[in-house]
Amino acid sequence: MPVVASIPAVERSASQLMAPPSRFGDKAFEWLTMAMAGAVVLLVILVGWQLGSDSMLAIRKFGFHFLGSSTWDPVAEQFGALPFIYGTLVSSLIALVIAVPLSIATAVYLTELAPLSIRQPIISLIEMLAAIPSVILGLWGIFVMIPFLRDYPFPFLKKYLGWTGLFTGPIYGVSMLAGGIIIAIMILPIITSVSREILRSVPNLQREAAYALGATRWEVTRIAVLSYAKKGLFGAIILGLGRALGETMAVTMVIGNTPQMALSLLKPGYTLASVIANEFTEATTDIYLQALFEIALVLFGITIVANLLAQLLLKTFGAPQTTRAVQ
Amino acid sequence: MNRSSSDNQHHWRKLKSAFASGLAFTSALLVISPLALVFFYLLISGATSLNWAFFTHLPAPVGEKGGGMANAIVGTLELLGLASMVGIPVGILGGVYLAEYGSARINWGLRFVADVLNGVPSITWGVVVYGLVVLRFKSFSAYAGGLALGLMMIPLIMRTTEEVLLLVPNGYREASLALGISRWRTIVNIVMKTASKGIVTGILLALARIAGETAPLLFTAFGNHFWNRNLTEPIAALPLQIFSYAISPYDDWHRQAWAGALVLVVGIFIINLLVRVLTRERTARLI
Repeated sequence: MPVVASIPAVERSASQLMAPPSRFGDKAFEWLTMAMAGAVVLLVILVGWQLGSDSMLAIRKFGFHFLGSSTWDPVAEQFGALPFIYGTLVSSLIALVIAVPLSIATAVYLTELAPLSIRQPIISLIEMLAAIPSVILGLWGIFVMIPFLRDYPFPFLKKYLGWTGLFTGPIYGVSMLAGGIIIAIMILPIITSVSREILRSVPNLQREAAYALGATRWEVTRIAVLSYAKKGLFGAIILGLGRALGETMAVTMVIGNTPQMALSLLKPGYTLASVIANEFTEATTDIYLQALFEIALVLFGITIVANLLAQLLLKTFGAPQTTRAVQ
Repeated sequence: MNRSSSDNQHHWRKLKSAFASGLAFTSALLVISPLALVFFYLLISGATSLNWAFFTHLPAPVGEKGGGMANAIVGTLELLGLASMVGIPVGILGGVYLAEYGSARINWGLRFVADVLNGVPSITWGVVVYGLVVLRFKSFSAYAGGLALGLMMIPLIMRTTEEVLLLVPNGYREASLALGISRWRTIVNIVMKTASKGIVTGILLALARIAGETAPLLFTAFGNHFWNRNLTEPIAALPLQIFSYAISPYDDWHRQAWAGALVLVVGIFIINLLVRVLTRERTARLI
């Protein structure tokens, strides 16, 4: 009897051993990680919802007029975002004009031309530039860059290019152009490193084919590499634009913070991000605060569009991972 | 005649190539020149203003010489700690999902959203947390500042964690599962443990990135000229202090700003150096 009974007991314990382990821990862990990964989607919704609901009064009161009006008068409670949108776009455009050729040429240098031994040191230096906080670049901007620009390049530009209308008026130093230059410095590293990864992902066969046809180095780069990577490079530029539009501290410290729309780049300007940084804690009335929330909503909208476009271009180009903790 | 013209053309093409190479080299120099310039002035102006009191004293009132940023240094560390409590668990677990679970399509979407989130201007986080926390509790606080920075950390850590987990060979997972170890124990004890150095690297990179952030703290942590004794009250942070001193009209404060900037940059570079040491032993792809 005991013998007979022991057989099913052994079988049972064996089948217990062989049975798959409890699925509860597995399920719980999977759901937990899923919730955390889903947090990114929730965050995007949260940001949009929070900014929208906190600016509802302003949206109702000013409507689309908010985007088209250039009056920013907290005392009269009249708010229009146009000068800030203008400042954001113009300063970012200046930054792109300066940063894009430099970054792409540097990326080309680092992938196609530079001796192997100096590639890594230059890449490390560019990563160091990316690691410098915006506020420190702003500090340098105020005390080093602005006095220099005021004394040498600005008078020169005014004298020889004043006829274009872009470089007229009194020279303060703090200006739209100074803001654009500082943004350019901020976005140089990211455009360079993303472009470098794009260029690295161009198949070597492309280059070899061009060399085999007798092309020079520059011709190989132009025909086989750059034209192949066009879409990815465009993505890198838009990614840089997204960063430029939202750049805050350094710009706030050098752009002059004056809500005006002047053709002359030597005149002070104001950006969406700067007006939030400067006036948020000073907003004394509800509608003033709401208007600033709406500014943040506009900024969020613009940068989301730029980033969506950039990621679409980069992801469909098939380049390896391009957005890293350090650019 | 034909030959000489093609020779000429050949020379011309080679010349063009050399010219383009020269331009590319010049561009590379121009890209790294701001680093040299900023560093030069940081060292000159920062080092001459830096002294022992900077690390041990509170900010001096206007007009009084001396003083330091001891409270801001500690404040920044506290804020990084608070941010880590939000950013590290969410980021790592989210990264685990992207690497270990989820269908290809869902993960493509989540990755996409995380990368877009990475591009959201940092000041946006300040505004959102202001509405979410500061307005609700009617006070600027260290918690609010930590939350703003922590939210910024999430997509950063999620993406780096995913990347290093994907580097762990599948054989490890299969061997563990074949021993009858459950999937989640496999992930925690085998996969994450193997990739722990890479995960730490990702955390350090995220910390280095947010340590210098000013915009998200302007209306959350707000800044404080004294010690913070209660995390529900405003707290000082190094970047905030640098900002308010930089735009002040006092020479003495400008010097303090430079000293603060030097300390902050050195701190950030030390973290980056640590990352380099950590990643040297493993594959270069980690960074």
